[in-house]
Amino acid sequence: MARGRIRAKLRKSHLYSFCLFRSSGSGGQSIGGPGFSRTVYCNEPQVLNQKPYRSNIISTTKYNFFSFLPKALYEQFHRVANLYFLGCAIASLTPLSPFSPVSMIAPLAFVVGLSMAKEGLEDWRRFMQDREVNSRKVHVHNEEGGFGKKTWEDVRVGDVVKVEKDQFFPADLLLLSSNYEDGICYVETMNLDGETNLKAKKALEATLGLDEDDNFNNFKGIIKCEDPNPSLYTFVGNLEYEGKVYAIDPTQILLRDSKLRNTEFVYGVVIFTGHDSKVMQNSTRSPSKRSRVEKKMDYIIYVLFSVLLVISLISSFGFAVEIKYSMPVWWFMRPQDADEYYSPKKPVISGLSHMVTALMLYGYLIPISLYVSIEVVKVLQATFINQDIQMYDEDTGIPAQARTSNLNEELGQVDTILSDKTGTLTCNQMDFLKCSIAGIPYGVSPSEVELAAAQQMANDQEDQGELKTLVASKKEKAHKSPIKGFNFEDNRLMNGNWLKEPTAARIMLFCQILAVCHTAIPELNEETGNYTYEAESPDEGSFLVAARELGFEFFQRTQSSVFVREKYTASGKPIEREYKILNVLEFTSKRKRMTVIVRDEEGQILLLCKGADSIIFDRLSKDGKLYLEDTTRHLNDYGEAGLRTLALAYRKLEESEYTAWNNEFQKAKTSIGADRDAMLENAADMMERDLFLVGATAVEDKLQKGVPQCIDKLAQAGLKLWVLTGDKMETAINIGFACSLLRQGMKQICITESGSEDKQEVKEDILKQITNGLEMIKQENDPHAAFALIIDGKTLAYALEDDMKLKFLGLAVECASVICCRVSPKQKALVTRLVKQGTGKTTLAIGDGANDVGMIQEADIGVGISGVEGMQAVMASDFSVSQFRFLERLLVVHGHWCYKRIAQMICYFFYKNIAFGLTLFYFEAFTGFSGQSVYDDWYMLLFNVVLTSLPVMSLGVFEQDVSSEVCLEFPAVYQQGPRNLFFDWYRILGWMGNGLLCSLIIFFINIIILYDQAFRAEGQTADLAVLGTTMFTCIVWSLNCQIALTMSHFTWIQHVTIGGSIAAWYIFLLIYGALSPRISGDAYQILVEALAPAPIYWQTTLLATIACTLPYMAHIAYQRCFEPEDHHIIQEIKYYRKDVEDQHMWTRERSKARQKTKIGFTARVDAKIRQVRAKLNKKQ
Amino acid sequence: MTDTDRGTQRDRHSAFSLFTQQSLPACKPVLTPEWVIMTFLFIGFIFIPVGLVTLRASHSVVEIVERYDIGCVPEPFRIDKVSYIQDDSIPKNCSLSFKVPKYMKAPIYIYYQLDNYYQNHRRYVKSRSDKQLLHGQNEHGISSCQPVEVNNDRPIIPCGLIAWSLFNDTFTFIRNRAELKVNRKNIAWKSDRGHKFGKNVYPFNFQNGTLIGGGKLNPTIPLSDQEDLIVWMRTSALPSFRKLYGRIEKDLDVDDVVVVHLMNNYNTYSFGGKKKLVLSTTSWLGGKNDFLGLAYVFIGSSSVTIAVVFTLLHLLSPRH
Repeated sequence: MARGRIRAKLRKSHLYSFCLFRSSGSGGQSIGGPGFSRTVYCNEPQVLNQKPYRSNIISTTKYNFFSFLPKALYEQFHRVANLYFLGCAIASLTPLSPFSPVSMIAPLAFVVGLSMAKEGLEDWRRFMQDREVNSRKVHVHNEEGGFGKKTWEDVRVGDVVKVEKDQFFPADLLLLSSNYEDGICYVETMNLDGETNLKAKKALEATLGLDEDDNFNNFKGIIKCEDPNPSLYTFVGNLEYEGKVYAIDPTQILLRDSKLRNTEFVYGVVIFTGHDSKVMQNSTRSPSKRSRVEKKMDYIIYVLFSVLLVISLISSFGFAVEIKYSMPVWWFMRPQDADEYYSPKKPVISGLSHMVTALMLYGYLIPISLYVSIEVVKVLQATFINQDIQMYDEDTGIPAQARTSNLNEELGQVDTILSDKTGTLTCNQMDFLKCSIAGIPYGVSPSEVELAAAQQMANDQEDQGELKTLVASKKEKAHKSPIKGFNFEDNRLMNGNWLKEPTAARIMLFCQILAVCHTAIPELNEETGNYTYEAESPDEGSFLVAARELGFEFFQRTQSSVFVREKYTASGKPIEREYKILNVLEFTSKRKRMTVIVRDEEGQILLLCKGADSIIFDRLSKDGKLYLEDTTRHLNDYGEAGLRTLALAYRKLEESEYTAWNNEFQKAKTSIGADRDAMLENAADMMERDLFLVGATAVEDKLQKGVPQCIDKLAQAGLKLWVLTGDKMETAINIGFACSLLRQGMKQICITESGSEDKQEVKEDILKQITNGLEMIKQENDPHAAFALIIDGKTLAYALEDDMKLKFLGLAVECASVICCRVSPKQKALVTRLVKQGTGKTTLAIGDGANDVGMIQEADIGVGISGVEGMQAVMASDFSVSQFRFLERLLVVHGHWCYKRIAQMICYFFYKNIAFGLTLFYFEAFTGFSGQSVYDDWYMLLFNVVLTSLPVMSLGVFEQDVSSEVCLEFPAVYQQGPRNLFFDWYRILGWMGNGLLCSLIIFFINIIILYDQAFRAEGQTADLAVLGTTMFTCIVWSLNCQIALTMSHFTWIQHVTIGGSIAAWYIFLLIYGALSPRISGDAYQILVEALAPAPIYWQTTLLATIACTLPYMAHIAYQRCFEPEDHHIIQEIKYYRKDVEDQHMWTRERSKARQKTKIGFTARVDAKIRQVRAKLNKKQ
Repeated sequence: MTDTDRGTQRDRHSAFSLFTQQSLPACKPVLTPEWVIMTFLFIGFIFIPVGLVTLRASHSVVEIVERYDIGCVPEPFRIDKVSYIQDDSIPKNCSLSFKVPKYMKAPIYIYYQLDNYYQNHRRYVKSRSDKQLLHGQNEHGISSCQPVEVNNDRPIIPCGLIAWSLFNDTFTFIRNRAELKVNRKNIAWKSDRGHKFGKNVYPFNFQNGTLIGGGKLNPTIPLSDQEDLIVWMRTSALPSFRKLYGRIEKDLDVDDVVVVHLMNNYNTYSFGGKKKLVLSTTSWLGGKNDFLGLAYVFIGSSSVTIAVVFTLLHLLSPRH
């Protein structure tokens, strides 16, 4: 997860940067040694030595044609329950089996087959994806001396390939040359690290000549390098070419899955192919996650297994006793001919072998179809999530996607959300909004934060005058500016009007700095004729757009120059200016500034600098402070409005001054040794002095649509939101305010590091801060007081150490909002783990970039934003949405539904199997524990698969306790999930008890009614088949009525499945009874001839059904009337249409149903109301 | 949001999207107190009358049960009943008489009842071959009949423990010195006679072994007409069971004295099983069983009770 380092290692525009092209001397000695054994014969792929290297075929499938069956079967029987059923199926082939083999094997085959089919289908999709990749075409140098097209899978180690613009690299390549003379090429690594900016790569000087197809006929070389490894940012190796050895470093390596951009073509030698390539070495399967509900389900299965074991033991014991004492006198069983199983002489052996029989017979306690039903249900639920039009982003056309279906119900139990900021809460789009030039502020558009604040104030206060109009006018304007990255509005500057300003010279300088001081690359958009910019950061991009809009269009960059077209000049004609780049001193997080030194067309050398205001202000000359005061004031305003600011400055250089400095700089640059960096730093520092402040920029980090509202709803639903961002503290706080995570009057607990060198001292200091914070919270008397914890990455590093982390967590959970800034990707993951393990609650991590991958994988649920940045986060996630605001619906609606559905479904499953399975056990006591089943084999076979499966699945897929609108209106209903009201042991045991009761009622009603007397007017008595069929009818009815009582939402689907299941039983009986008696046995014609004409059969069915459901009905009726849960009340209100008739009550209920929350809009409003009331009280 | 809302509105018309958006029209019954009380009352008002009618039907049935297994063993043999029953040389006839307590309307069904007889034991239940019963001579497919499948290397028809242990006590009834005619036809299920027991299958090699189980069969009568066997082959569900023996198609008056001459052949003494003779009329419901009616009344009245309790609770502490 150390992808944050990429900025430091892979930089673009290496040519004029000082921190690059360092020779990687360190690795040289080890080449050839262990771990560095790879030898590549360039352009000689046929050399035998290269044979052992892997081909370029990639396969991400889990199975192949031959391994599918064994591997998939192994996976299936990894589950205890399935293994048990496999054992049963095998045992069913022996005489010990109480059932015919088919009735044991068929359901297992069905269940396992279905799961395997699902696996197979998923793998097939992966296979097709691989095939598409493997059959992509690339130009490869062939023996005839030309370049011919080959599929990727045929590319071998040592091949020379030619990759053209916008193509992906087929393997890891050594860059030999590009269409540029100096061998530079630009690469987009979005698929690797999620960064959208381009990175420059540069070929070795020695191979620059190989820039035409014909040059490769005689090209030979040997690359010796490291073995395949997953490190994306290192490479150790050397190239033997024309008798010399050259060291290769990562800047010459083009990685598979990255894309060639802004470069016509490159030549490269294949080093790592297929699974040896770095990206493939890096790919880890995201850890498989299981939901809490499912984990708990395993425990229930264990409980049931124990019950199974106990009743099997009782049964075996009973059997052994019967065999010992009764069997000898049962002459009608011919005990003297009995085999070992029934032999009265060996009751122990009989008992033991009966154990097997019993375990099979009572196997119906374990719901065989549970896993497969849940799997099917979850896939359908996931389809609903994918289909939900209210989570479909019309702008991008991306719907929400459940990438794994096994966490649906976990969505309903989330307690803490850990969110990334950039790209998640904000768009990662910077809009140039305001600026201050020569002490005069420009720009009238309000920022979104201001807008949101205004909107809130308008909401807070009932007077709707000014503010509302402001809001409305802003809204209109927002539509006016379609230019991405530019939301600036000021007639004084636009359309060349700046020429009329008194400070026109400064304004021009300002724009020049914007247009020249950067490292971006222009790209002509052929449709619009405009230039777009590939910039390192969105800030930089917005500056260039701003410069363009103000009339300074940066349109070309060569290796040594930047070209700017000036649209508005004194003469009225556009002119193109060339700025020769002399040096670039790059932006680093430590330097916090960037400088270019250029020579303009008049030969004047200029130093142009932009950077953090505090840094720039320290470096101003005396004269340069002319506008300092005004600018500082403006910067403060911008900061309060939540804008990101930079200060711009410049300096004119004399030729001699520059030359002197440059010599020193070059010396530092070419020096080798540990102090090289320091020397460069010093040199840069020497130059960036005595600056003249020109102005400052203010850029808005745009909030995503609907984010504050969404956070408000989530807070009302009782969710906690932590923001983990790589940004600096000020920005994070700005966004915190914008999102209502922070508000006025909230007590901010900032934990910062003291900056002391001594580690121990720092730690103690932080510990003290944490303890103080806790004290403060403890001593707070005001129940409405809210605290916010803000901590930065460096401090977090200490706070996450083992001895401190629990204390830190203790403080964090006490705070209403937590913001961690400047955190590394690894820390994000660590914080997530801390919350997950420390609180034991369900966590959800949401993020969009490669730096969020760790957090997404670590959290119980990972949500990826499928937006602008790469697919890394989405690939690692369990769910993806295209906008943060869809999280509300995903959790509050789908999560809530899925949780309840799955919980009820599992409970019902156990209920039905207990109710059914135990009747088999009771019957044993009446058969001398012989293992005779009261039901026909076919009844049992159909029980799980046909007769009871569809209603429970329709419960699992379609049940809605309250409609989606109500879910959103009453977010507090969501709390039923995190509190786990529907899957706690109380409820589970309740359902099991209900099952037990049901089994007792059905069994005893049946055996007492169908006792020895005639059950029909024609005098026939009931035999085994009659009793079994009647009892089974009662079970089918009771279980299906029970599920109808459980449901609260009946569409035609529920009606059909429940009605259909009952009907299916009678239809089956008719068909089965019509078959030849050789198949149906005693069930031949049973319904038509024996049961249907007997009133007692129907009466028993009615009696048993009502008797079974009556206790449950009384229970739910009581609960609803006297201990109602949230959803009961809402259902009732909706039912009486009170929401329409009694608005007042509706609002009252709504506000009651809100969770006590301290963050979000609503909390802000409440705080405001309290404030106003307090004021009023004082006045009185 | 407004855009998506509009999109939803547009699509709301198609049934498929109603499905995918999970907004199919649905009825959402809510158990409001009114509904609860009504439902319970309704159950009560259905169940109590049904229960009473059922009880009446059950009470209308006249049933006479006479145990004869001990009474039919002569006094000297009572110490060792098993050797008595197994000794073929001792004549097994016996008679008993009883007085009819109530007017019994024809048809009067005659049952024999066995107790503590595990006809539902797995070893026993499995030991038959439906294939053989229907199609007869077949060397294969009778392995299920273990341990009574072959004798002297020839298959037994009908094979299996069930047939082998056929009940063989016989009864004749005399009233006022005149024999009461017992109709022993049509005592088995019609489908059994027609489709399960072959018309061309005759008993063969039956009860020929060293161990004789129960009754013998007339080898000249096809299985489909051996109704005693057919009834016996319907294994009972519980260890205490009655099986139909025949019908008396004349009414019996109060205080009629019926004398039964019976052949006490069947051995239940080994395992202490009782043997009873049962004469019973039937109602529309079948034989005498008060439980069904009582259960209906019980459920019905509990339901009414619950309804009353709910009403009271609701009146005492109304909600909202």
